[in-house]
Amino acid sequence: MMISKRRGGLVAASVLAAAALTVASCSSGGGTSQSSAPASSGAAEPVTIRVQTFGGGTNFGYKNAIEKWNAEHKDIQIKEEHLTDQFEQQYWPQMIQWLTSGTGAGDVVGIDEGGMGLAKAHPEWWADLKEFGLESRKADFPAWKWENGVSADGKLFGLGTDIGGMSLCYRADLFKQAGLPSERDKVSALWPTWDDFMKVGQQFQGKVKDTKWADGTNTLYQVYLYQEAAKNGNVTYFDQQNNLIVDKNPAVKNAFDFASKMSQQGLTAKLRNFTEEWAAGTQKGAFATVGCPSWMLGVVSDNAGDGGKGKWDVASVPGGGGNWGGSWLAVPKQSKHPKEAAMVADYLTQAQTEASIFTDFGNMPSNTKAQQDPAVQGAKNEFFNDAPIGEIFAKSASSLQPVFLGVKHAQVKNAIESVVQGMDDGSVAYDKAWQQLVDDAVKAAG
Amino acid sequence: MSLDTLPRATRSNHRRVRPPGRRWASRFDVKGMPYALVSPYFLLFAAFGLFPLAFTLYYSLYDYDLAGTTEWIGLGNYTALLGDDAFWRAVINTVGMFLLATVPQMLLALFLANALNKRFRFRLAIRMSVLLPLVTSVVAVAVVFTQLFARDWGLINWILGSVGVDPFNWRAERIPSWIAIATMVDWRWTGYNAIIFLAGMQTIPRDLYEAAAIDGASRRRQFWQITLPMLRPTMIFVVLNSTIGGLTLFSEPTTFYGGNVDGGSQGQFQTVAMFIVKEGFREFDYGYAAAAAWLLFLLILIGAAINFLFVRRIGGTK
Repeated sequence: MMISKRRGGLVAASVLAAAALTVASCSSGGGTSQSSAPASSGAAEPVTIRVQTFGGGTNFGYKNAIEKWNAEHKDIQIKEEHLTDQFEQQYWPQMIQWLTSGTGAGDVVGIDEGGMGLAKAHPEWWADLKEFGLESRKADFPAWKWENGVSADGKLFGLGTDIGGMSLCYRADLFKQAGLPSERDKVSALWPTWDDFMKVGQQFQGKVKDTKWADGTNTLYQVYLYQEAAKNGNVTYFDQQNNLIVDKNPAVKNAFDFASKMSQQGLTAKLRNFTEEWAAGTQKGAFATVGCPSWMLGVVSDNAGDGGKGKWDVASVPGGGGNWGGSWLAVPKQSKHPKEAAMVADYLTQAQTEASIFTDFGNMPSNTKAQQDPAVQGAKNEFFNDAPIGEIFAKSASSLQPVFLGVKHAQVKNAIESVVQGMDDGSVAYDKAWQQLVDDAVKAAG
Repeated sequence: MSLDTLPRATRSNHRRVRPPGRRWASRFDVKGMPYALVSPYFLLFAAFGLFPLAFTLYYSLYDYDLAGTTEWIGLGNYTALLGDDAFWRAVINTVGMFLLATVPQMLLALFLANALNKRFRFRLAIRMSVLLPLVTSVVAVAVVFTQLFARDWGLINWILGSVGVDPFNWRAERIPSWIAIATMVDWRWTGYNAIIFLAGMQTIPRDLYEAAAIDGASRRRQFWQITLPMLRPTMIFVVLNSTIGGLTLFSEPTTFYGGNVDGGSQGQFQTVAMFIVKEGFREFDYGYAAAAAWLLFLLILIGAAINFLFVRRIGGTK
C-alpha cells in the first residue's frame, strides 16, 4: 500500500535515485576499490579517472584523445561521462550538488564559462593543481584564460580547454536552392550587418518554403550579446562587482531587441538550442543558419549526421567577432586520485591534444601554442565542405577578449533565455517581454 | 489474524514452569515482542517519513542559501510563496493536469474493469496485459510520447494536420501541453486502476446480481445500482491514491521537457513538485523549496478531502 500510495513522488524519487545510483556505481567501479591501495603501487589494477562533460554533439571533442591516452596508459584509464547537453539547467546544478555534498563528482570535471564565477568563489570545492606542478602551464595560455582558473585565494583549480570565436554555419545546398550565392566568401559578403542578415533571410524564406532562416532566438541572441558585450566593457548580466546590470547594460537590451526583431519577422524555427527538437531540426533542415562559436561546429556536425556532410558550410558572422563560450577542466577535492586526475587534466589541455581536438571536431584551443600550430592554422573541416576553420578561428583567437560573468550567471542566463525563447514560442507577448526579462533576471539573481 | 494468534501462543508459554532468571525474558516476550515485531515499519517510517517531514518544516522557516548562510525568517518563505506568481502558476498547472488526467482515467478504468469482469477466452492473459503500460520504464514512455507530441514531424500533429487542424506547439501552449501530459499519465495508470476496480468488483456477491436479474434488471441497471455502490470502498482508495499521485506529478512533465524541471519556457506545465525541485536543487534555496513542499502537502490534504466527500456520495444513500 505504501508503494502505490505515493506513485508520483516515488517515481520522482526513483528517477533521482537512479541518477544517483548510476553515479555511485561508476564511482565504486572506478574509485573505491582503488582507495585501499596506495596510488603509487604499480601492481594494482588500473586507476580509472572519470571525466565529466556536457554539451551537444561531440561536446568537448575528447573521444579520440581519450582513446589515445587509454591505449598508451595501462595504469590510468580515462572514462568520459557525458552527462547532458544542457549546462545551466542540468549539468551545473547537479555538479554543485555533488560538490557541496562531497560525493558524486568525477575526478576531472568540465566547467563552462558561465559557471566559473561560482567555481572561483568556492575554492574549497577544488584540488590545488599547483600541488601537482601545473603552475608550469601558465605560459601556455592567454593571461585571462589562465587567471580565470585561479581562485581569489590563489589556488589554481582550472585549466583552459577551448575558447569561443565566432562564425555562422549555413546550409550551402539550401542557399543554392534559394538562388543565393553558396560559396563562403560570397555568403560572408551578403551580410556585413545584422540588418543585411535579416534582409537576406526574408529573401531566402520567400524561396524555400519549409526551412526557416535561423534556428531560434537563443543562439543568435547569445552571438549578438557577446558582440555587444565587447563594446560595453566586456560585461553582460553582472558588473565586475557582481551587481546585476541587466536593465542598465545596453548590450543586453540591444541583443534582446535583435532577437525580438528576428522573431517578429518570422525568421526563426522557434527551436530552443540544446534540446532534442533542435538537434532533430538540424538534421531535418528546419533552419538554414546557426550562430557558430568554434565548439558549435562539433555540435552541428554531430546533430546533422552523415547526411549533412558537405551541405553545411561556415561563413563569417555579421557585426564582427565575439567570444561566446569556452570551458575549463577542474579536479574536485573529493577525487580519490587527484594526482592522476591532474595528469589527465594536464594531458587534455596540452597543445598537441587541443590541436587535434580542433582538427577533429572544431573546438578552438585556448592553448596559445596550439593556436600557433601550423596544423591548426591550416586546418580544414571536412564536414563543413572543407571550410578553412584554421583561418576562420585561429587567426582571430589571440585578439579575443574575455567577458566577465558573475557568480550567478548560470541562473540568470537560464531565466533570460527562457523569456527570449518564450517570446519566440508565443508564451510571452513581445511588448511585455523586456519587462519580464528584467523581472525574471532579478528574481534569479536574488 | 496475527493479533489473536499471538496471545494464544504466549499463554501456552506461561503454563510451563520457568526458572526465575528467565522471567524477564518471558515478560519481554509478552509485553515487548509484539512491539518489536511491528517496529521495523515504524522505525523506517520515522527515518524516511517523519524525520524528513520535521526537517522540511524546520528548514521552511529559514532562509537557506547556496552560499551557506542560514537565517531564521519565520513564515517569510510562506508569505513570499503566496505572493509568487510562479508558485501559483505551478499550482494551477498541477490541479489542471490532475483534473484532465484523473477524470477520464477513473471513468475509463471503471468501464475497463467492468468489461474485464465478464467471462471470455484468455481472460487471465488479457487482464494481465492491461498492466503492461505500468511495468514499462518511464523513460521509454517519455521517449515515445515526446516523439508523438513533437511539434515538427510528430505523429499527433500529422494526424491533426490531415484533418485540417493547425499543428500545436505541444511544449509552448499551455492547455495542449496539459493534454499531452495527461495522456501520458493515463496511458500508464488506467490499467493499474482498472485492476484494482476489478478486484473490488469480484468481492461483490454474485447472488445480488442473480436476484436483480430475476427481478428483471438490465445489465446496465445492475452496473449502476449494484456494482457502483458496492464498489465505493475501492473507489475511495483509488481516488485518494490518484489524488496523491496526480498532485505530486513529476516525472512525466519533466521528461516531456528533456529532463528539465522548468516545464516549458514559461512554466506552461511546471507542476508544484517540479517547482520544488527547481527552487531546491537548481536555485539552491532549500528553505523556499521546503515551504513549497509543505504547501503541496496542504494542497493534497484539501484535494483528498474534497474527493473523499465527493466519492462518499456516489451511489446515493447513507
